[in-house]
Amino acid sequence: MSTFIELSYIISAVLFILGLKMLGNASTAVRGNSISAGGMLLAVVVTLLHRDIVSYQWIIAGILVGGGIGAIAAVRVSMTSMPEFVALFNGTGGLASLMVGWAAYYGMAGDYGDLEIPRGDVVVQVVATFLSVLIGGVTFTGSLIAYAKLSEKIDGKPVLFTGQQWLNGLVLLSVVASGVIFVINPDAPAAEIAFYVTMGLAFVFGVLATIPIGGADMPVVISLLNSYSGLAACAAGFVIGNTVLIVSGSLVGASGIVLTNIMCKAMNRSLAHVLFSGFGSAGGSTQSGGEQGEAKSLTAEDAYYVLEAAASVVIVPGYGMAVAQAQHVVRELAELLEKNGAEVKYAVHPVAGRMPGHMNVLLAEADVPYEQLVEMDDINPTMETVDVCIVIGANDVVNPGARDDESSVIYGMPIINVDLARSVFVLKRSMASGFAGVQNPLFFKENTRMLFGDAKATVTQLVNEFKGA
Amino acid sequence: MSMILLLFTFVLAIFLGVELINKVPSQLHTPLMSGANAISGITIVGALLAAGQTDNDTLATALGFLAVVFASINVVGGYWVTHRMLAMFKTKDPGK
Repeated sequence: MSTFIELSYIISAVLFILGLKMLGNASTAVRGNSISAGGMLLAVVVTLLHRDIVSYQWIIAGILVGGGIGAIAAVRVSMTSMPEFVALFNGTGGLASLMVGWAAYYGMAGDYGDLEIPRGDVVVQVVATFLSVLIGGVTFTGSLIAYAKLSEKIDGKPVLFTGQQWLNGLVLLSVVASGVIFVINPDAPAAEIAFYVTMGLAFVFGVLATIPIGGADMPVVISLLNSYSGLAACAAGFVIGNTVLIVSGSLVGASGIVLTNIMCKAMNRSLAHVLFSGFGSAGGSTQSGGEQGEAKSLTAEDAYYVLEAAASVVIVPGYGMAVAQAQHVVRELAELLEKNGAEVKYAVHPVAGRMPGHMNVLLAEADVPYEQLVEMDDINPTMETVDVCIVIGANDVVNPGARDDESSVIYGMPIINVDLARSVFVLKRSMASGFAGVQNPLFFKENTRMLFGDAKATVTQLVNEFKGA
Repeated sequence: MSMILLLFTFVLAIFLGVELINKVPSQLHTPLMSGANAISGITIVGALLAAGQTDNDTLATALGFLAVVFASINVVGGYWVTHRMLAMFKTKDPGK
């Protein structure tokens, strides 16, 4: 029977790999997700045949409770809240892995010396136990903080205090110390204390590592926590010597790291900088001299006349559009513009929104055709031929300071060059700075007009102007 | 199974994961991440083994049960929500 289970795990792993591969292409993604779910179902079912499993009541109860919560959450979550939802799910995965490691240790405590496997293998297993608790714990509390920040239950600003680096260093050192004590002799009474100390420190460190990270960097943090949740499952796999956990956990760990890397590149920042700098705390103090001048505002009616005459329009959506729930009315405006003979495209920055690819999901929800979505690198070369660029709730990703102003803190971050369009409309509540806390010279450009107010209300006005005409 | 073989598997899987994800267009990053998230719920296998053993005392049973609960949230919620997102991507492509 155990050979049968192992063989089934291989099939599961293959299904996960195929599933992930198909998730990478819009036309096969739905099938990919189902294939991957099939792999999961297979792994669960064959595991239930394992000879170590003799009682089923807790398993059934657990699956019903957890599956019920997961299903309700999945049906009710709005696409706007997807980032915090994924953050929370990273956390539950991490916590589950921590508990698997903990249960394994609890069942083994005092018996590691009696294991009839080579000494080296025991060491790997003990180290894995330590890592599953450490990574699982950090993922859990880190995800909770990320969730709280994203859902604005706590302030999204970086939390910085004197001695923070020292405190983090001290916690890390203590983690290493308790790890060493635990691994050297896992059967000793001191090891048991070290084990629980590690768990506590992991929880503390998850919080400490996430609070100094600002709102603008959340896409990076979610990607990283995603990676951790996979690595925690992988560590749990080493603890119980289970291949399918190791393979799937590593796949997720690797994919999270790749996404983290892509996000960092899109912001021209190093991972170390994101994790330790407390970026986004400057609060608009980085204005570069008096060249700002005055921003010129425009009424919706005047904006309509300009749009009416435009032959090409590019819409640049940001998270502000999602907050205002304006995506549906934006799509309506785009359709009216097209009917009016204009060519309409959406330019999406890789870090627009609060998680990788978030903006695309929101636009898809509003039935924006896939072909109208253009990536940053494809739209920029054509920007000079665009008549009107409408920036809706985006700020830092269209800040020309990132391109021109070497003193700007976001200098070097790739941006959508909206300022090169013939005219730019910026829909914004006020002149407040974006996540990064940086003033935006775009607002003061000769070809820029501000449309102040709620994005949804403004776009609705524009739509009405078109309909009335 | 020997730990060396497990480590070997681990290293190969990491490289495979990097290759698989590297070419994904940015439009699909969110569903990809939530889909990957669901896969990390594979820890449910470990949770099942922990929850289903006989000689469990209270703490071990509680740990196993809670691990199953949290892993199930991850698996069911993760796959479901990924499907919801991908279904939206699909519907607006009536040509296919």
